[in-house]
Amino acid sequence: MNSLYYQKRLSRNIGDKFFTSLSVICALIAILPLIFLVTYILYKGGSQITPELFTLEPNPPGDDLDAGGINPALIGTLIITTIASIIAIPVGVGGGIYLAEYSKGGAFSRFIRFGVNVLAGVPSIIAGVFIYALIVSTKILFGSMYSGLAGGMALSILMLPTVIKTTDEGLKLVPNELRYASLGVGASMYTTILKVTLPSAFRSIATGVVLGIARAAGETAPLIFTALFSYYYITGFGDLFYEMGSLAVLIYNFALEPYDAQNKLAWAASFILVLSILSVNIFSRILAVFTEKTKRV
Amino acid sequence: MEEKLTLFKNRKRFGIEKNIDIIFKNTALVLSSFVAIILLGIILVVFSQSFESFSRYGLRFLVTSEWNPVKDEYGAFTAIYGTLVTSFLSLLITIPLGVGTAIFITEDFVPKVVREIIGSFVELLAAIPSVVLGLWAIFVMEPFFRAFFVFLHNFFGWIPLFSTEPTGRNSLLAILILVVMLLPIVTSIARDSLNQVPKKLRNAAYGIGASRWKTIFSVILPAALSGIMAGVLLALGRAMGETMAVTMIIGNSNAFSWSLLSPGYTISSMLANQFGEADGSQVSSLFYAAFVLMILSLVVNIFAQWLVKKFSLKY
Repeated sequence: MNSLYYQKRLSRNIGDKFFTSLSVICALIAILPLIFLVTYILYKGGSQITPELFTLEPNPPGDDLDAGGINPALIGTLIITTIASIIAIPVGVGGGIYLAEYSKGGAFSRFIRFGVNVLAGVPSIIAGVFIYALIVSTKILFGSMYSGLAGGMALSILMLPTVIKTTDEGLKLVPNELRYASLGVGASMYTTILKVTLPSAFRSIATGVVLGIARAAGETAPLIFTALFSYYYITGFGDLFYEMGSLAVLIYNFALEPYDAQNKLAWAASFILVLSILSVNIFSRILAVFTEKTKRV
Repeated sequence: MEEKLTLFKNRKRFGIEKNIDIIFKNTALVLSSFVAIILLGIILVVFSQSFESFSRYGLRFLVTSEWNPVKDEYGAFTAIYGTLVTSFLSLLITIPLGVGTAIFITEDFVPKVVREIIGSFVELLAAIPSVVLGLWAIFVMEPFFRAFFVFLHNFFGWIPLFSTEPTGRNSLLAILILVVMLLPIVTSIARDSLNQVPKKLRNAAYGIGASRWKTIFSVILPAALSGIMAGVLLALGRAMGETMAVTMIIGNSNAFSWSLLSPGYTISSMLANQFGEADGSQVSSLFYAAFVLMILSLVVNIFAQWLVKKFSLKY
């Protein structure tokens, strides 16, 4: 009769309690530093934000009084990620279309899917090394060495696997009935893809692509010897062929400076970088939850 | 009727439309093969650039640790050792923490809303750029752990791993910042694979009288093992290739030491530090090191993919 009741002292119950508390401890050890990290970055960086930050050039280190602003780096990050997107999105979406719509699971498409996963695992600095060897050291781009263009190319290599994967997976989720219906009324394959399947997968593809862009915006390693860094305003189209600053490289360079003013600039830059990356992530997450709910209804 | 049928049979696409269709398909084909071209291109370019150093030093490059541009002697043992030690030790800390956290957020210890918030928060952290983590490591983590490292050296100094006096940046800090970076990866992948274990298995285990943790250890974890292993390998690949945070905190010294409390080097931090200023045979040696790094991460990655395919759940 007694065995029907919960017995605290039973070894299985003690063991259960022990492991439960162990997993709680694991979760606490894992999560608390992470919470601390995010709040610290937002607090420390947020307190450095001033209006001049967005308009001034950074001063070269050594002048400890005033570090200036991060305008060139901010614009540079925008330009470099735009270049990367211009390269990676068409290539990635096109490749994803082939994998999801045309390939029939043969050796070629299996090899490409495998390649996408491998490319996603290539260390980001290797992408920088590759572009350095291919473009920077050969001066193939009209004689310019380090340039924003080369930096954008290095980042596009990192974005490409994400874009292909999200396109491939997004298109695979589109029900086949839509394709049959479209082909059945006489539409050709490309009309079906461009007018029916792509639009209905648009939201999931767009979410994945935007997340990929956000990730690329924070990458530093591919830029440190492709785009290098610049202290000066970006004034025109020709600046694409010269060294270009970016928020990520600014943080790297100025964090290692012994001067307090430069360090503060690095904190401010990381505030802007983290805030924009996190808000893109949170926004896409909310969007995903929202669309999931409407679909269920 | 007869007339309509022939009309139907004769209905054909215009030549232009057919051509557009074919062009569209082939464009997509070419675009998708870009992945393969880039991948092969990376391997070929890095290898061909490293060829000079490869033919001069051969495999000796991997086991000697002299890095001397003046004497033209290069060996990457310190960096390779640093890469392996930092990534494996950080993984050793991350696996129990990450899997424990994943179990915590897949079991019903706390309400579902709380678990979901924790889960998505952990995933958000994966989005923080590593250069920002490096900044944080320099200004927050290093001062925070300084006293602890001195304690570690004073009491465990007889262990070779802690045998040097801690002075600022060192390998142990790099390991710790890697743990922060890998935790989100391991946790979210482990959580996904734990969630994919069918509820039937859990109910069956409960039904024959297994306790909660007996169920977790004997049923749920083994069923999710392939997914978790793949996540761990993915994290290992990330740890090996991780550049910025490690470069900023590891201290960048090519002097070999067993101690984790002394400054160290990894392949990626060596590349980040020296690539900009290198010339001559040093460049070739750096490409050789990059090639080694690439092979390491390729092997880990391909092994992870093979593991997933081989042991993926079939219910």
